[in-house]
Amino acid sequence: MTDTIASPRAPEAPTISGSVRGYAERVRGGDMGALPAVFGLVVLCTVFSILRPSFLTPGNFANLLTQGAAITVIAMGLVFVLLLGEIDLSAGFASGVCASVLAILLTEQGLPWYVAVLAAILTGVVIGAALGTVVAKLGIPSFVVTLAAFLGFQGLVLLLVKGGTNISIRDQTIVAIANKYLPPALGWALLALGVVGYAALQLLRARKRASRGLVSDPIALIAARVGALAVLGGVAVYILNLERSRNPAVVSLTGVPVVVPIIVILLVLGTFVLRRTAYGRHLYAVGGNAEAARRAGINVDRMKISAFVICSGMAAVGGIIAASRASSVDPNTGGSNVLLYAVGAAVIGGTSLFGGKGRVLDAILGGTVVAVIENGMGLMGYSSGVKYLVTGAVLLLAAGVDALSRKRAAATGLR
Amino acid sequence: MTPVLELRGIDKSFGPVQVLHDVDFSVHPGEVTALVGDNGAGKSTLVKCIGGIHAVDSGEYLFDGKNVHINSPRDAAELGIEIVYQDLALCDNLDIVQNMFLGREHRRGIVLDEDTMEEMAARTLESLSVRTVKSIRQHVSSLSGGQRQTVAIAKAVLWNSKVVILDEPTAALGVAQTAQVLELVRRLADQGLAVVLISHNMNDVFAVSDRIAALYLGRMAAQVRTSDGTHAQVVELITSGRSGDLGLTNGVSA
Repeated sequence: MTDTIASPRAPEAPTISGSVRGYAERVRGGDMGALPAVFGLVVLCTVFSILRPSFLTPGNFANLLTQGAAITVIAMGLVFVLLLGEIDLSAGFASGVCASVLAILLTEQGLPWYVAVLAAILTGVVIGAALGTVVAKLGIPSFVVTLAAFLGFQGLVLLLVKGGTNISIRDQTIVAIANKYLPPALGWALLALGVVGYAALQLLRARKRASRGLVSDPIALIAARVGALAVLGGVAVYILNLERSRNPAVVSLTGVPVVVPIIVILLVLGTFVLRRTAYGRHLYAVGGNAEAARRAGINVDRMKISAFVICSGMAAVGGIIAASRASSVDPNTGGSNVLLYAVGAAVIGGTSLFGGKGRVLDAILGGTVVAVIENGMGLMGYSSGVKYLVTGAVLLLAAGVDALSRKRAAATGLR
Repeated sequence: MTPVLELRGIDKSFGPVQVLHDVDFSVHPGEVTALVGDNGAGKSTLVKCIGGIHAVDSGEYLFDGKNVHINSPRDAAELGIEIVYQDLALCDNLDIVQNMFLGREHRRGIVLDEDTMEEMAARTLESLSVRTVKSIRQHVSSLSGGQRQTVAIAKAVLWNSKVVILDEPTAALGVAQTAQVLELVRRLADQGLAVVLISHNMNDVFAVSDRIAALYLGRMAAQVRTSDGTHAQVVELITSGRSGDLGLTNGVSA
């Protein structure tokens, strides 16, 4: 009994300083979490705002959010696959295939938008089920399966859009997703709802745990979290509600982009699934130790297939957002750098490529970093070549941080 | 006292290789039964037959005096038989509570009932007098070898199990941690569980066990009370299958 410390039933009273110390200890032990992404975001934003004042304008802020939306959503789906230690290289073109399905149903078939959206997402689900089944049942590494799918879907998009024509989308609802904005009052109302809901949830949980004699977060920590959310959200909504039209007399341009609440809803849903359901718990378990999960009675194959289904389903949503932003679908939708940016976003945000570690929030943080680089470097007038080089360097840096923190964690016995 | 688990005349072959010959084995509640034998004697196979991973070819499997048929690990788990394998099967990236309930989470609706699980885990660890972990919400990766073994054992005990089988629980541990785990093994038996301890370490075996069952080349050489046997006798049973009046004569149980 050399390492006796304390009874598990008599934990030290939780305090703010204790929580801060615990966090610092985790970071030093190699569990950096979102820290690198947040740090990178602050540095990038500072540099760009100093070098290009136009970076800080409300117009550019709104632009940045819609620019990064599609990649962020695809990255959110990728987190589920990465959690298992697998990868989906076809998510980009899967989003392209789904966007093509959407465009064809809207224009050639003239179906209503909700049918087209449903069909696009269903296409994603079928793609995911197929990929997952091949990976899980045949045991081909996901890298190879999805690389094949990457090539195949590229061809499928070409066939769907008939060899490279550009299908333009005129459906107002679809176009609105990435090109329209909420009324300012609605933006504030949604933020208030979100903050109050978050606060209520946190307080309720803390009270319930305290009443059962379990360790609960100190009230000051909850207040700090809720306060941070309110301040950050408040500043964002305030800026987005400023007039950003060059000529407000002709056309007014204010409000939160429609796509933002969509991403927030996906974030809340994804986080709920991963943190509060048995399914999410099992995903982490399979990613951490597949053999242990199997012995615990978890159907590992089914977990793999479902993760690919979620990934491709989210890719479909990303494809719809991309189609909306461009108001069209062409053979390059979801192509070129989309997939690599999405994987980069997830990894930069702190999701491990080795499985077992990651959050949906990571994808949003990483997606923002990628969007800021793309947007800021564009404003600075750099060519695409330089942008690719910088993004590649950042991805390598993020993967390096991941690998190094794992090494460090192994040394300190934490992960 | 009737044994909680009793095997009679178990045979098991893998293809042309017969691994278990006519094995009798009984496990009593409140006792630690040490299962010893050299490498390849059939310890693992016997345990896997008990745990339902391998189906037996012939022989009787009695649980609580009743004949049962075990066809899958699930059947064994339902009877209350839990096996703690050598490689622990814990997920490093999950905390202690999450590991203990892995695959059998309590939920309310579709939401995990974390509070109940945390309480139950804490109560189980407390009942085992485990006081070595800082917080039951810490990740398993941050635990020492002995603590990990403790969690794995607590996980097995959590389910009101009647028989807990430990496959070399002290093989990778230091002196202090071995003592800690052996103490826990003894406590399990004192609580009325039937414990089967597979071990190569005679010191461990004599320290905690009530009975010793020695396998020799797939046959049960002898099952004796620990107090009746000596260190040397057991070693002889393991290495040659017989010792004085005990053990096999010409490959047949005496």
